[in-house]
Amino acid sequence: MKFAVKAWSNGGARAGILHLGTSTIDTPSLLLSTRKGLPHFISPDLLSCLPSPESRLLHVSPLHFLEGLSMKTISKIGGLHQLLGLHDHCFVSVPRDSIQCLPEANSTNKIGASFETPCGRLLIKPVEYMEMISSTRPELWATLADEVPAWVSDKRNKTSVDRTIKWLDECISLSPASGAVFGAIVGGSSLEERRRCAQEVATRNVSGYWVGGLGLGESMDERPALLNAVIEALPEEKPRLICGLGLPEEILQGIAAGVDLFESTYIYHLTLGGFALTFPLDRTQINALNLAPSDVGSDPRKINLRATVFRKDTMPIVEGCTCYTCRNHTRAYINHLLNVHEMLAQILLEMFFPVDKGSYQCRPI
Amino acid sequence: MNWPRALLTDSGGFQMVSLLHLADITEKGVTFQSPVDGKPMLLTPEESIQIQNKIGADIIMALDDVVKTTITGPRIEEAMHRTLRWIDRCIAAHKRPHDQNLFGIVQGGLDPVLRDICVRGLVDRNLPGYAIGGLAGGEDKDSFWRVVAQCTATLPEDKPRYVMGVGYPLDIVVCSALGADMYDCVYPTRTARFGTAIVPEGVLKLKHKAMAEDTRPIDPTCACMVCKNYTRAYIHSLVTKDAMGSQLLSFHNLYYMMQLSRNLHSSIVQGKFPEFVCNFLQKMFPKGDIPEWVCNAMEVAEIDISSCCAPFRYIQATKVQSNLNEDEIQAV
Repeated sequence: MKFAVKAWSNGGARAGILHLGTSTIDTPSLLLSTRKGLPHFISPDLLSCLPSPESRLLHVSPLHFLEGLSMKTISKIGGLHQLLGLHDHCFVSVPRDSIQCLPEANSTNKIGASFETPCGRLLIKPVEYMEMISSTRPELWATLADEVPAWVSDKRNKTSVDRTIKWLDECISLSPASGAVFGAIVGGSSLEERRRCAQEVATRNVSGYWVGGLGLGESMDERPALLNAVIEALPEEKPRLICGLGLPEEILQGIAAGVDLFESTYIYHLTLGGFALTFPLDRTQINALNLAPSDVGSDPRKINLRATVFRKDTMPIVEGCTCYTCRNHTRAYINHLLNVHEMLAQILLEMFFPVDKGSYQCRPI
Repeated sequence: MNWPRALLTDSGGFQMVSLLHLADITEKGVTFQSPVDGKPMLLTPEESIQIQNKIGADIIMALDDVVKTTITGPRIEEAMHRTLRWIDRCIAAHKRPHDQNLFGIVQGGLDPVLRDICVRGLVDRNLPGYAIGGLAGGEDKDSFWRVVAQCTATLPEDKPRYVMGVGYPLDIVVCSALGADMYDCVYPTRTARFGTAIVPEGVLKLKHKAMAEDTRPIDPTCACMVCKNYTRAYIHSLVTKDAMGSQLLSFHNLYYMMQLSRNLHSSIVQGKFPEFVCNFLQKMFPKGDIPEWVCNAMEVAEIDISSCCAPFRYIQATKVQSNLNEDEIQAV
C-alpha cells in the first residue's frame, strides 16, 4: 500500500492518492458496503458498471463469514479474491459492520470484543480475529478495537483505550506478511482519551489509522472536536479511515477534519427505503432537479421514488448523470419496481449511489 | 424496461386464476379481486388484448378459459368451447397484428376428443403460433406427455408450438422430442430462491450442510459466471439468508436452461438429437432407472433410448406396446 497527499485545502481537508493492490484511487473515497464480501444488491457482473477505480474499495467484515463458512474453507479457497471472484477490487477488513455486526460494549471484556451479529452475540479474541485476517487476506485491515458508545463512564472509556492499544499490539505481532494494517483509535466522546489513544497508536508501526467508536451516540456537534483531537496527533502522510458516519454532511465533516476513507451505511438504508440521493453541489443544480412542490418525503438532497408523483416521470433519477441506472432507466420504472416489490429496484438504486456520492467527493476541494 | 430483445406477454388469465381469490369466470370474462385495492375487476378478452397491445410485446397470448387438469366433468368442455369463442374476440380486438403475434391456446383438459376439437378450431383461425395450455398443473406425467404428443401431431408443422408452464429439464427434453418449440416456467428462479441449483444430474441442494466445505463449483461443466467464479461453499453461506444467494443461483439456473435449449437446438441441426437425449438421460439416471412415461414418450417420438435404460426397465416400457403379462416378462 502507498499513500500520498496530493493537495491541501485551507483547513484539514486533503486530496490524496491511494495505491492498493492493483488499484490507484483518489481520496477522499467511499468504500462500498458488502455482506459476505459482495454488495447487498449489486450482482458481481454489474460491479464493472460502477465507475472505476473509485468503486474498487470494498469494506468486508470478516464476522459475516462466521455464519456458515469456516475460515479453514476460506483459506483453502485462497482468500477473499478467490472466494468472491473479484480480482480487480481491494478489500478493507474492519470487524464492525454498522448494519449487522455492531459492537456490544457491555459484553466486551479483557478477553475479546463483543459484537451483536445475525448468529447471536459473539466474543472475538485478537488471536481469532487475526486468524480471520490470515484466511481472508484483505489488502488492508484494521486492528481489533473496544468501541464504546458516547454515554459510558470515564472509567469504561479509559479501559476501552487501554484495551484497544493492547489488542493493536497483539494483532500486529500476529499479522500476516501481506496486507496493510491500520491502527484502531477509540476514546468515546472524551477529547483527552481520544488524544491519548491517537498519540499511542501514532507511535506504532502501522500504515494508516482507523478511527472507531464514532456513530455510536455522539452528536454531530461534538464530532469535529473529537476528530480534530485524533487527527492532530497523527502523522500527515498516513491515510485515515473512518466508519459509522452516515449523512453526507457528516462525511463532509470528516473530510474537513482530514479523513481520507469512509465507510457508510447511509446508502444501504436509503436504498432499502427507495430513496435516491440527488444533492447538488451548487445552487444552479438545485434548480435543475425539477422537483414538484408536493414531493412526499423529499428534500433537495434526495427523492423518494415510492412517491406517486414519480409514476409517470420518464426522467432519469438525475438528468445528465452517467451512471448505469440513469443511462438505462427512468424514475417511473423504479417507482413501478418498488411498488411490485421487485429486487431490481434495490439493485438499480444501489448502483446509482456510489457514482453520485463518490464522484462528488472526489472532486478537488 | 429498456429491453432490446424479444418479449412475450401472457393474457393475465392464468395468474388471475392461480394467484387470486374469487376468480369467477363467465362468458363476458374473468371477474377477480384486484390485488391493489381488493375491489372486483373484470378482465375480458378485449381488455387483455388491449393491455397487451399497449405493452407492445412481440408475442401476445389470447385470453383463454383455463381449468386445472385435476378437475373432471363438463367444466372442461365448457372451457374449451369458450376458449374458441374468446379467440375470435381476441382476434377482433387485436389492433397491432402486423407487429404483435397473437398465439391461440389449445385447451381441453386430458380428453383427446376435446383437445382435437380445440386444435382444429384454432388452426382454422390461421394464427401465427399455437400454445398448448392447461398442463403443468399437477396431472400425472403419463397423461401430460400424451396430450402434448397429440397436439404436436396435429398442429401445423410450420408454426411454433409453445407448451405453457413447462418446466423441468426432463419435461422440456421430452416435449422437444415430441415436436414442441417454446416453453416458459418459474421453476429455475423459484427453485433458486429455495437454494436449489439445476445440474446435469438433477438438482443440487446448496442448503445441505455438506456444501459448507465443498470447494467445487456448482457444476464443473457449466460455463456461467457463477460456476466460473464461486464455490458451493460460498453459495451455501448465502442461500436462504442473503438475497445475493438467490441472485447467483437464479443466474446459474437460467444459464443452465438456456444452455439446454441451445444444446437441443444444435443437436437437432447437427443430426445428433438422439445421442443428445441419451447423454442427457444417462447423466440424470446413471442407474438406467428412466421413468416409464419418458420411455413411452420417446418411443412415440421415435427416439431410441434403449442404450440408457437398464434392461428390466426397457422391458417395462415395451410392455405398453405388447400384451405380455407379468409372468411372461419375468421369464425373459
